[in-house]
Amino acid sequence: MTTPLETNNNELQSPAKNPGAGLTLVLIEDDAQIRRFVRMALEDEHWQVFEATTVRQGLAACASAQPNLVIADLGLPDGDGVTLIRELRAWSPVPILVLSARTGEQQKVEALDAGADDYLTKPFSVAELLARVRAHVRRAAKSSDAGASAQYSFADVVVDLGARTVQRAGAAVHLTPIEYGLLTTLITNAGRVVTQRQLLSEVWGPGYVERSHYLRIHMGHLRHKLENDPAQPQHFLTEIGVGYRFSP
Amino acid sequence: MADANIPPSRPDPDALLAQIKGAASAAARGKLRVYFGASAGVGKTYAMLAAAKKAKSEHVDVVVGVVETHGRAETAALLDGLEQLPQRRVDYRGRDLKEFDIDAALGRKPQLLLVDELAHSNVEGSRHPKRWQDVEELLEAGIDIWTALNVQHLESLNDVVGGITQVRVMETVPDHVFDGANEVVLVDLPADELLKRLKAGKVYMPEQAARAAKGFFRKGNLMALREIALRRTADRVEDDVQTYRDAEDINRVWKTEAGLLACVGPTANAEQVVRSTARLANQLSVSWHAVYVETSALQRLPASKREAILNVLKLAEDLQARTAVLASDAPARAISDYASNHNLSKIVLGNALASTVPGEQSGISTLALWWKRHGSGLSRDLARLAPELDRIEVGRSADPSTRPLTSSIRRNPIDDEREGAPTAGSKLHRWRYALTLAACAVTTLLCLPLHGRLALANVVMVFLLCVVFVAMRYGRAPAALAAVVNVLAFDFVFVPPRFSFAVEDAQYVVTFSVMLLVGLIIGHLTAGLRFQARIASHRETRAQTLFGFARDLASALQNEQIIGSSIAVLSNTFGKEVALILPGANEQLQNPTHALATGQQAVDLTVAQWAFDHEKEVGFATDTLPANHYRYVPLKAPVRLRGILVLRPENPRWLLIPEQRRYIETFASLIAIALERVHFVQVAQSMLVNVESERLRNSLLAALSHDLRTPLTALIGLTESLAHSKPALSASQTELTSEVFSSALRMHTMVNNLLDMARLESGEVRLRKDWQSIEEVVGVTLRALQPSLNGRVIDVRLPQGLPLVQIDAALMERVFANLIENALKYAPENSPIEVTASTAENTLTVNIADRGPGLPDQDVETLFDKFTRGEQESAKPGVGLGLSICKAIVTAHKGKIYASNRPDGGAVFSFDLPLPSYATQAGLRASATAMSEPS
Repeated sequence: MTTPLETNNNELQSPAKNPGAGLTLVLIEDDAQIRRFVRMALEDEHWQVFEATTVRQGLAACASAQPNLVIADLGLPDGDGVTLIRELRAWSPVPILVLSARTGEQQKVEALDAGADDYLTKPFSVAELLARVRAHVRRAAKSSDAGASAQYSFADVVVDLGARTVQRAGAAVHLTPIEYGLLTTLITNAGRVVTQRQLLSEVWGPGYVERSHYLRIHMGHLRHKLENDPAQPQHFLTEIGVGYRFSP
Repeated sequence: MADANIPPSRPDPDALLAQIKGAASAAARGKLRVYFGASAGVGKTYAMLAAAKKAKSEHVDVVVGVVETHGRAETAALLDGLEQLPQRRVDYRGRDLKEFDIDAALGRKPQLLLVDELAHSNVEGSRHPKRWQDVEELLEAGIDIWTALNVQHLESLNDVVGGITQVRVMETVPDHVFDGANEVVLVDLPADELLKRLKAGKVYMPEQAARAAKGFFRKGNLMALREIALRRTADRVEDDVQTYRDAEDINRVWKTEAGLLACVGPTANAEQVVRSTARLANQLSVSWHAVYVETSALQRLPASKREAILNVLKLAEDLQARTAVLASDAPARAISDYASNHNLSKIVLGNALASTVPGEQSGISTLALWWKRHGSGLSRDLARLAPELDRIEVGRSADPSTRPLTSSIRRNPIDDEREGAPTAGSKLHRWRYALTLAACAVTTLLCLPLHGRLALANVVMVFLLCVVFVAMRYGRAPAALAAVVNVLAFDFVFVPPRFSFAVEDAQYVVTFSVMLLVGLIIGHLTAGLRFQARIASHRETRAQTLFGFARDLASALQNEQIIGSSIAVLSNTFGKEVALILPGANEQLQNPTHALATGQQAVDLTVAQWAFDHEKEVGFATDTLPANHYRYVPLKAPVRLRGILVLRPENPRWLLIPEQRRYIETFASLIAIALERVHFVQVAQSMLVNVESERLRNSLLAALSHDLRTPLTALIGLTESLAHSKPALSASQTELTSEVFSSALRMHTMVNNLLDMARLESGEVRLRKDWQSIEEVVGVTLRALQPSLNGRVIDVRLPQGLPLVQIDAALMERVFANLIENALKYAPENSPIEVTASTAENTLTVNIADRGPGLPDQDVETLFDKFTRGEQESAKPGVGLGLSICKAIVTAHKGKIYASNRPDGGAVFSFDLPLPSYATQAGLRASATAMSEPS
């Protein structure tokens, strides 16, 4: 059995990349072994990692280190990770990546609604973690650039945000206003997990947050228009029981 | 395992719902068709059979329950080709009788059943005393019934027809049965035709009735009967017209604001009053009541008389009246109050003059005279008290053969003995008179020494005092006796000449008359007061008993406590033989845990079960099984029946008095409500325990899941890091790490499965259902499986526009993952795995097919059992939980999972999910797309 280890290995060892150079990260996790391998992997990418094991330590570390990214476990000995996220969001826009158990869909949604940007389910692969970390750093850098570009492209799709047109492989694609709204909302949050609630209230309005079937129907339409294989999407990804993520 | 705390008797809500639905469909009542005729011989049975033949040829499931052909060939010929139910053989007093078998009919349950002679009385000991009651039960069971009826058997016309023909039949059918029939077919034959048939011997006649029939079949009679039958049929509001009226204006059907009130007294025409009122109420379409005002005088009527009155009330009840017994010494006041309380505007009274019965026993004649006076006074009093009430006076029937109403109570020999023997009551009566005489003697003796010292006027006072005393202690009649005896004693002892009844001074006559009069009046008033006081204290006791009982029940927390206090209170009030029978599991009544004190006859559990199933009062003095010694009262609570109260009153006449029955009903509903309350307290408690244990289970599982996954996460993460560590590992080290890594992943899968199974097994699976698209769930599953696919292709072919389904997506992802992993495990590499879906009317089917070796021949069903694997002891990883998890999840979604071999090799696993109705689907799509287009 070949494992994903080897392919990832090659990717990691490509010398061109040093994505973490000069960036700091706070890792809040109570299990020493998990902290250890996460730290090892991040330090390989030249991140400066500060560790914390409790909510209080974590908040203190974030305040003093002013990190570029926070990775937080949801089950901490002195409290709920969700409260940590809420307090942190009160004064910092730093991207937050959450680690959680598999069955805690409700907890994930809570964390995301509280302001977390992304989550990983334990056990997670190191490669996946690093990919997510990189994506969030890219996004943060982009959004801090003044004046987002009027064009956005992924795969063979080009979205002209000014003209409100979408082209795929050079041909115009007709999107309904709702589909276009979904697309732009997901694009602006590229890499982040957007909860159903957030999407519904963003695109339809706050009165529609319970109508998940709207999302299923229109997301299906969007995939059929912009994905190669709608049954195995590459860009418009479903986070089951939680929401959607756009991956460029 | 987790349900140990729940009592097994608690019904599952789904089962209850199904039961309610079942009951609703069973509640479709059968239709009743009555072939109605003016007299015997008009051809009702013939018409009925002919119609049945026709129905049979139209493939209706017709069965003949009972039909009397009376040996007529042409009728018997019609029976050919019709299925007939076997008759029940009954041995009645040495005679072998044949009876209609209701249980056979219920067992056969045909679409349409023919039951001739609706008015027939069943042999004693049958379930119902009358055939029309059998028919009612069959209709309840949803069987259509055709039957036949003659006009003289209709209860309200019984006396009218009797008056015309001079023949009174005993077998009657209440009018509501006839009026409630869905169809009435009038079988009509002119009088001359009928007489012709009679002469030709075509009309059956039992020999003993032949003589009476000679008078009956006179042309004048037949014409009158025919007219009555025609009119009655026309009166009957047709079923559809009634329905139409109901829909148009419900209030018009029963005008409650102008109801009738029949006043029943001890007169001979009381029955007449009740029948007339019933007819009138039927014609006016109003409700009606019947009351009996029991004065202190009427209370002293002999038992047989009182029973006759109560039987008249029972007749009124059978004729759909509400009845009451009012205790008051002012009948006019009581009646007008009752009328105004119940919105009754017309009072029906017996005509007092007409009510004198010739040849009445002399003992009763004074009372009859009293009532006569009283009766005519009643009408006058009513006119004075309540001038707004209309009064209708009813004359006495011209029918000479007035039959006494037979008691619906069949007394058992013990009761008869009690009645026959000199009872304690009559002994008490004698003592009362003896004591009265003694009191008079004592008074006289006491006054003797006073003679000469007191004026005679004052001696009279002492004698009057004696009358008051007697009236207070012993009632009216002894007081009258005392008044007379005292006058005599006064005359004999004190009035000169002493010790003789002669009187010197004529003015003493005035003294005597005043003394007698005052004595009688005082006695009357005092006795009246005493009567009122007794009624008041009786009511007080009743209220106290009910109050105490309600208080006892309110504090009861268990059924045993309720049973205990019910038995204690009821046996005090009604007699020793009381039992409560409660249902156990499966709605079956269970033997009472407490034994009856002195059972003459064991409580019949099957009778109780019948009462429970039909929610009807049965047994003693009811329409069903009146021969039973016990009365079975259903305990009706707001939500459902809670059990049966069985009792046998010490005095069977009690059950005839409406008040007493209402008293029992009050007890029954108190008990029922208490039982229901206790039931819901138990339900609430077990819910609480459930919630609590579920909370505990969840936190335990969460902790377990956390503790198992944290080291696994570390293991996987660390192995991965080791593989990437620098300097790079040697080839053999890389292989070892890779093995550790994949073992850890397998371990992870197993832990997931075990935890899933534990969660699914631990009790109700709480589904987080939401509208989901199958396409999305498949997409997510494949993405999650990507690492273990190793480049193998999953061929997903889902039709466009699959409807959304209500599922728990996280759980359904496990189903897809397990099924696809299963296919990957067994199918050879490079063979395709296909995921397809299709929709039928109300199911969505998903298939996951492979080109592997296929399923073993063993029972395919066991594949989905726990720890079952396709190959025993195989090297393939897994513990065989995957498929059983799939089954549990799909079943929780009310779906179905199954597996089969493909005809061209390989296995296919499929599962069905219920789809929302087409309307819901369309609604979902419409509401979503309505928003998508700019307006």
